[in-house]
Amino acid sequence: MDLALQLLFTGIGIGAVYALVALGFVLIFRATNVVNFAQGEFSMVAAFMMVVFAVDLDWPYWLSFIVSLIGMAILGAVFNLGVYYPLRNRSFLPVIIATIGASIFLANTVLALYGPQPQVLQGWFDTPGIQLGPVYLDSQYLLIIAVTIVLVVFQYWFFEHTLIGKKLQATSQDKEMASLLGIPVSMMIMLTFVYSALLGGIAGILVAPILFVSIQMGATIALKAFAATIIGGFGDVAGAIIGGLALGVIETFGAAYVSVPYKDGFAFLVLVAFLVFRPQGIFGERVAEKA
Amino acid sequence: MSAATETGKPMLPAALPGQLGYLALAAVTVAAALVLPFDDYIMHILVQTATYAIAVFGLSVVLGLCGQINLAQAAFFGFGAYAVGLGAGDWHLSFWLSLALGAAITLVMGALLGMSTLRLGGHYLAMVTISFQQIVTLIMINWVSVTHGPDGVGNIPRPDLFASAHGFLAFCVAALAFVGFLVWRLPETKLGRSMRAVRDNELAASVAGIDVYRTKVAAFALCALLGGIGGGLFAGGFSYVSPDQFSFAESIVFLTMALLGGVASPIGALIGTGLLIVLPETLRFLKSVPGLYLAIYGLAVILIIRFMPDGIWGFFQARLRRWFPARPYATAARDLVLAPAKGESEAVLEVEGLSKHFGGLKAVDGVSLSVRRGGVHALIGPNGSGKTTTLNVLSGIYTPTAGKIALDGLDITLYPPHARTAAGLGRTFQNIRLFRSMTALENVVIGAEHPGNAVTDAASLVDRARSALAFVGLEPRALNEVTSFSYGHQRLIEIARALAGNPTLLLLDEPAAGLNSTEKVELRDLLRRIAAKGLTILIIDHDMTLVSDVAEHITVLNFGRRIADGVAAEVLRDPDVIAAYLGSEPDVPHRA
Repeated sequence: MDLALQLLFTGIGIGAVYALVALGFVLIFRATNVVNFAQGEFSMVAAFMMVVFAVDLDWPYWLSFIVSLIGMAILGAVFNLGVYYPLRNRSFLPVIIATIGASIFLANTVLALYGPQPQVLQGWFDTPGIQLGPVYLDSQYLLIIAVTIVLVVFQYWFFEHTLIGKKLQATSQDKEMASLLGIPVSMMIMLTFVYSALLGGIAGILVAPILFVSIQMGATIALKAFAATIIGGFGDVAGAIIGGLALGVIETFGAAYVSVPYKDGFAFLVLVAFLVFRPQGIFGERVAEKA
Repeated sequence: MSAATETGKPMLPAALPGQLGYLALAAVTVAAALVLPFDDYIMHILVQTATYAIAVFGLSVVLGLCGQINLAQAAFFGFGAYAVGLGAGDWHLSFWLSLALGAAITLVMGALLGMSTLRLGGHYLAMVTISFQQIVTLIMINWVSVTHGPDGVGNIPRPDLFASAHGFLAFCVAALAFVGFLVWRLPETKLGRSMRAVRDNELAASVAGIDVYRTKVAAFALCALLGGIGGGLFAGGFSYVSPDQFSFAESIVFLTMALLGGVASPIGALIGTGLLIVLPETLRFLKSVPGLYLAIYGLAVILIIRFMPDGIWGFFQARLRRWFPARPYATAARDLVLAPAKGESEAVLEVEGLSKHFGGLKAVDGVSLSVRRGGVHALIGPNGSGKTTTLNVLSGIYTPTAGKIALDGLDITLYPPHARTAAGLGRTFQNIRLFRSMTALENVVIGAEHPGNAVTDAASLVDRARSALAFVGLEPRALNEVTSFSYGHQRLIEIARALAGNPTLLLLDEPAAGLNSTEKVELRDLLRRIAAKGLTILIIDHDMTLVSDVAEHITVLNFGRRIADGVAAEVLRDPDVIAAYLGSEPDVPHRA
């Protein structure tokens, strides 16, 4: 029982990271109807930036964090201009192939620059954690959960209660109508990419002290986050969060009770089970193409 | 993806000289592989090119022809390779048996993976194939007792008949030529045409009588199979396999090869494969920095997609086509024969209590409708009255919430769209849905080719399609791309596509929308000519002049309910109908 509680805590912490990346997926999907397959690489790039600033250059942690996020914002903008924007009027297949190309490009550019050796990044706090009854609460996991809650609340407020959030929503629902109402659609899509890159980046930086910082971390996280969006219901914000948390918990229990080497395989099994039995996910509705 | 391989050429005349030429070229290449004195290094490169190209052909089928993505081709390649490695190496089975087992396993794996995902959109397929790729890699590395883990499998024997390096190379080249021939000819077969139709427009493909899901699964399984065969031969050629040769990165290499050469044709696949095997060999310095070389591949993918979406071969092909445009047919098209089924019942379509609810919205609410055999029946109603939803339920795009639909006495309520087409339903769309990479003729051939229509062989399909095009007046331009036709003519091609399938009932969804007044008169005459041939038409339209000119019978919907039904002239005088159109408040039926 104690072990189960401990695993639950760990699972929720990891799941929160998947949820953040999944949110990035969902936002871009809603704005552009395209899945960004390089979403996971945003996390990887941000984690490596942290390693460069905080470890190699030995800057203060908070400064490295801010500079990394500025870097991510620029990356999100460049990604939009270089990968999505030129293909915006083509069908979805060329666009997803291009984002896959971008994902390969980002991962291997980092590999070429930094080498294959996984890097270690310290956690934010010096205190390793606190003991609460039978459960040991690791400080980094607590931080992840706290940040995720703050970001989700912020996002809700931003989209529901600010004008720019409303404009973003209008853009994602009907681009043509939005542009007729004077909303700068290209700008809104640019903002979405920047924001998604930031979300992915924050997730990457938060999870980096738990995992090693490696080239593969992007692909792994993206796969889990994508599975999370399908479990939750594609395109659904609440679904992405619930799906991410659920996946983190399932995976942690699977690793503890079934098999460690195949830990990354559980996401796939859950994914296939959902695709076969409930493809619309927990919250999604089946939608047919309009004739 | 845009333009396909075979567009602009007459689709079916037997390309015998081309096939003989191919055979001769293949024979010469196999002979060259046997006798030319290559050193070991060149041999390696050639075997690698031949075996990789077979796997890339798989991507030509699934991505080029059918428009579905597969990011796990290296996993299927690896399955084939490990089947031969473990079968022939560890377990001392014969090479051929191992190769066949590997091929069978990849075929089944591909079919299963496709079946679980292909009902859903392309994003799912992309992510699921990536996941599958990663699982396969995990198993190859971790299931050490069988796969030898990261050490890989060595000492893989070759078959006795092709034990020498030259012999095996010749065999690989022969296999490549054989598979290449099949992939080259595939677009000219029923399956190939179905794949192209699915790629261009799934909805239109399904109402043209194509089982979209089955076609996609077939394409995906075929792709996996070719991956497995290529991998099996690769294992024989190199006698050593290890997990890193079949990683996700290699799947991306396969994808880049297909895209670079031109994803729509096996020639492009071969060009891409050859280039991406030879180029990195000559640019060896790139390999000294890990990652650099794949980073360039990633960048190449983005640039190719943006600037050369049809690849190298597609680029040349477009030029060639411009210099040698297709010649129109010399002979005149035959008269279109429409032979709608003549069942017992007086009504060709019988709809009872049909409902379609979207959540709380009752778009169609208990509509009953009887369309009598022969003549034109119109379904009208103000905007939002549920006309198009009714049509979509009738053609099987939506499943009804309640009710029963019988076509010519046959209950088709639960049939999927393609089965309804087989049962005798034809339709057009309000917003034109043609197969945009194809010629007018090819579009109509696809309409003619479905179970339930007697025409099957290539020549009579073309005959049938030409006569349908002639009937709407567009036969002289049969070999032009559909995108080069005006909006009004594209509508006519859609009607011809439906007519070529010899339906029992033709559903027309706002055929007059967007037409100018001359085109509307032409459309009216066309509808009269169709009706004169004994085919029943159910038409939805807003143009009351057209409706009152052609329809003998009218049903009126408002707010998802039937408010009038009967002989045209009477219905148009009905006060409820006038109220619904002009909006006299008290007469609007209460909305449930």
